[in-house]
Amino acid sequence: MLRQRLYSSQYSFFEKLLAIDYFLILLILLIGIISVFAMYSTDGGEVLYHTKSHLVRFGVFFGVFLIFSFIRIKFWYTTSYLFYLIALAMIVAVAFVGVTASGSQRWINLYFLNLQPSEIMKIAIILCFARYYHRMQDTEVQNLKNVIQPLILLIIPCIFVIKQPDLGTAILIALSGIVVMWIAGLNIKYFIYSGLILLVSAPFVISFLKPYQKLRILTFFNPEKDPLGAGYQIIQSKIAIGSGGFFGKGFLKGTQSYLEFLPEKHTDFIFTLFSEEFGFAGSILLLFLYVLLIYRIIKIGFSSKSFFAKLYCFGFSAAIFIYMFVNISMVVGILPIVGSPLPIMSYGGSSMLAIMLGLSIVMSCKIYSKDQITQ
Amino acid sequence: MINQKSTRASKTQIISRRIFMLGAAKLILIGGISYRLFNLQISDREKYQFLSDKNRLRELKTPPERGIITDYFNNIIADNNQVFQLHLKLEEVDNFNYLISRLQSLINLNNLDIKNIYKKKNKSKPWDTIVISDNLSWYQFSRLNLFLHELPGAKPVLSTSRKYPYSNDLVHVVGYVGDPSVKDIENNEEIKKNNILGLKVGKFGLEKSLEKDLIGAHGVKRYEVNAYGKRINQVDFVKGSQGKKIVTTIDLELQKFASQLLMNKSGSICVMDIYTGEVLTMASSPTFDPNKFTHGINSKDWNEIRKNPLKPLINKSIAGLYSPGSTLKPLVALAALEYGTLNPEMTVYCKGHKHPYELHGQRYHCWKKQGHGFMKLRNAIKQSCDIYFYETARILGVDRLSILAKRYGLGLKVLNNLYIEEKSGIVPSTKWKREQLESSWLLGETIITGIGQGYIQTTPLQLCLMTAQLANGGYKIKPNIILSKEINYDEIRSKIKLDKEKYENASDIKKLTSLNTEILKEQEIELYNPMYRNPENVKFVLEAMFSSTNEPGGTSFASRLENKKYQFAGKTGTSQVRRITDEEREADLKLSEIEYKKRDHALYVAFAPYEEPRYSISVLIEHGGSGSKAAAPLASKMIKKIIDRHDEREKIRQSRSKLI
Repeated sequence: MLRQRLYSSQYSFFEKLLAIDYFLILLILLIGIISVFAMYSTDGGEVLYHTKSHLVRFGVFFGVFLIFSFIRIKFWYTTSYLFYLIALAMIVAVAFVGVTASGSQRWINLYFLNLQPSEIMKIAIILCFARYYHRMQDTEVQNLKNVIQPLILLIIPCIFVIKQPDLGTAILIALSGIVVMWIAGLNIKYFIYSGLILLVSAPFVISFLKPYQKLRILTFFNPEKDPLGAGYQIIQSKIAIGSGGFFGKGFLKGTQSYLEFLPEKHTDFIFTLFSEEFGFAGSILLLFLYVLLIYRIIKIGFSSKSFFAKLYCFGFSAAIFIYMFVNISMVVGILPIVGSPLPIMSYGGSSMLAIMLGLSIVMSCKIYSKDQITQ
Repeated sequence: MINQKSTRASKTQIISRRIFMLGAAKLILIGGISYRLFNLQISDREKYQFLSDKNRLRELKTPPERGIITDYFNNIIADNNQVFQLHLKLEEVDNFNYLISRLQSLINLNNLDIKNIYKKKNKSKPWDTIVISDNLSWYQFSRLNLFLHELPGAKPVLSTSRKYPYSNDLVHVVGYVGDPSVKDIENNEEIKKNNILGLKVGKFGLEKSLEKDLIGAHGVKRYEVNAYGKRINQVDFVKGSQGKKIVTTIDLELQKFASQLLMNKSGSICVMDIYTGEVLTMASSPTFDPNKFTHGINSKDWNEIRKNPLKPLINKSIAGLYSPGSTLKPLVALAALEYGTLNPEMTVYCKGHKHPYELHGQRYHCWKKQGHGFMKLRNAIKQSCDIYFYETARILGVDRLSILAKRYGLGLKVLNNLYIEEKSGIVPSTKWKREQLESSWLLGETIITGIGQGYIQTTPLQLCLMTAQLANGGYKIKPNIILSKEINYDEIRSKIKLDKEKYENASDIKKLTSLNTEILKEQEIELYNPMYRNPENVKFVLEAMFSSTNEPGGTSFASRLENKKYQFAGKTGTSQVRRITDEEREADLKLSEIEYKKRDHALYVAFAPYEEPRYSISVLIEHGGSGSKAAAPLASKMIKKIIDRHDEREKIRQSRSKLI
């Protein structure tokens, strides 16, 4: 029964294989390979812990991605609320039994992996909202009830994540949810009004921020004010990227990262390292790969029959764009430093797991694009 | 169903529109990121490249190695040796007081050192590096390295430092070095460029005046460091260059010998090549040890030098001013002969102290109490009769004397600003007195100028030059103490020889010399050209000097050397340091009975060998009494040594001229 729900459909296995978007797989592999080389560079040109670990994670999760791609889209539809609830439960659990590292309690120990449930929530919220709006008529979307309900679904995990504290991920979860609401056709006036409210209440909100978060925002506006303190990361990242020039300093020759001027080079600042070593040319190429990836996902969305699949693909593509945009903007100094990984590139199991899971659902949309979801 | 289809269509439409808008927004944002990357990596690339290099590269300047100075024979007289220093990087020091107390026991700093260290620390900025000690022993240095990990901020440094192997003998020629002062740095671009901790700069003598050549260029070591300041590797090493080697014309052996002769005396000995003008010896006594200055002289030593009444700091050869006394007489005689105011056959009667020379009621005595009797010019030089020269000077006049005195090297700096302390002296004239003292010249002043007293002031090196230019037959030369390739003995010698032959081969010498009267006007004479009107006059004077040394009755007869190889001709001088009163003249005290400060300066000038002169010498003993007793014997010893070393010097000279 479960087996049937998971795999069976009107298509043969061969047809499914044909339906796979190989170009998307190629893009994922390319970015994955680049990320392994970048990790190799952060290890100083040796296959050390980060390289090995990243390679293993990418390999394992890529396999998971391939296998999960064959799960019927209907399965994801039916379990989407459950998925959300599990993710939320884990987030709540983290608040009590979470693993603490460098001052924040974000992880849950699953023995084989320290899972960061907030990363899973990034996908869960999209799935959840896709289902929420799946059957809704465009007129119903504007009902106040239908605005409030998803907002509550969105705010609960966000509050827990902010408490961890992890403002960056909370913002990303919120943006992922909001973008699905936007795609679903929520009236523009809601966005305009809430935008205005946010602007007015910003000073009030800031007063609730933790001192280090305030400092980050202040530092963003004037990093040179405290070059060795809070502004250090932004300044060093800009120096690294800028000094890369057009063709970069060359693979394994990024002095800023090699000589440890660059902080968090494995995770949030992996783009900086890449950009220092491969320059403007490399950076634009990487950006282009991401754009292609996003384009490919949108294309799958368009070819899907069900609104659930469409909403999911569009939502997920937008989310990937947001992760990428926030991360790169942060390292080039257009946005304040909030912890946000670059999809696939950044070191980190939960992020990798979430992205691969998300991608497998996209692939499932592709394979089962003809599936109608009627419930 | 139809309704559902239409809602479905409209929903699809809405979603598509929203996706399109989102897509547009994404493209704009991607464009923004690309633009930002373009700005960082292409427009501002240089700025960030610079910042990146600033991050990773640290420069370490190594002090330049000073050029060495040698004597004529390539003996090193100013050398460099390796020293061990201790620097303190203030910003790395945790606890200054603790560190100093640790160092105190480790390298035995005394209380005075500690006081100085604190003084230095208070004067410097918190990011400066200060020198704790710039001359540690190997034992101290190795102890320091052993405990280095407990001494944050302490940096043991290997450096080079000046060493003067012949410490006292050459200090007045070479000078000494010390830490650069603010003024040194401001005034000298080279010092500014090379101002690295531990740099020593010239403070005195050649070390100071040849700073530009000697200083060299500092080296730079460029290191790559990581974010914690740890050195990762050396990326660049620009080797500094050593300063130029300076070869002086000094003969170390002669200089040392002169120092010995002057031991326990205050005075000077100068020796010059009469053709090339090369200074072989320029000794001044007493001297001091320049090595003491290199690492900062302590106050006890400094006071000892500063307060010594014999003034060791003054280079008496060029910065001591003395009346030339009778050493001027050959020049007065030459001037009188050249201007034709004196017939050498003119006779003056010197009657002794009872009947002095009188002019306008003023009385002028000869040094010889009983008088010289009837004197002609040759004898007057030989026996140094003052009365004869009073009369000679009276007829000649001071202005004509001053023209020739300047021409022969008096009243002008000999070594051309090579030594900042060199003095030009005074050659008085009526114009000079009008301008400088704003009063008119008195005839009486001419009279005493005739025996080298009065306003006239000369340095021993000037007298040496004067003698050289007489001895070479009256040809202009240029003294120098730094070996120069442009000065070639053989060329100078053949040029002068050629000029002399012109007169020797002339059928009518009178006609030739009468054409020369123009030369007697005040004018600049070109190098190695004759300065005389008639060479016979110069010959006459030299011959008279010969008689003064080598004929009985001559003032330096006792110091003569009979061997033709060494035979020299000279002129004594005894210069009064004050006016002698009649009572004193009456008393005729012995030297030891006179207070030191009131004793006469003893002078002697000479050239040798007489037959074929090559070297001139001047000796001055401050308050030494008479020239014949105190100065001439030293000159005699010195000349013997000079002649003995002549062959060796020639060998070197010839090997050098072959190289060119």
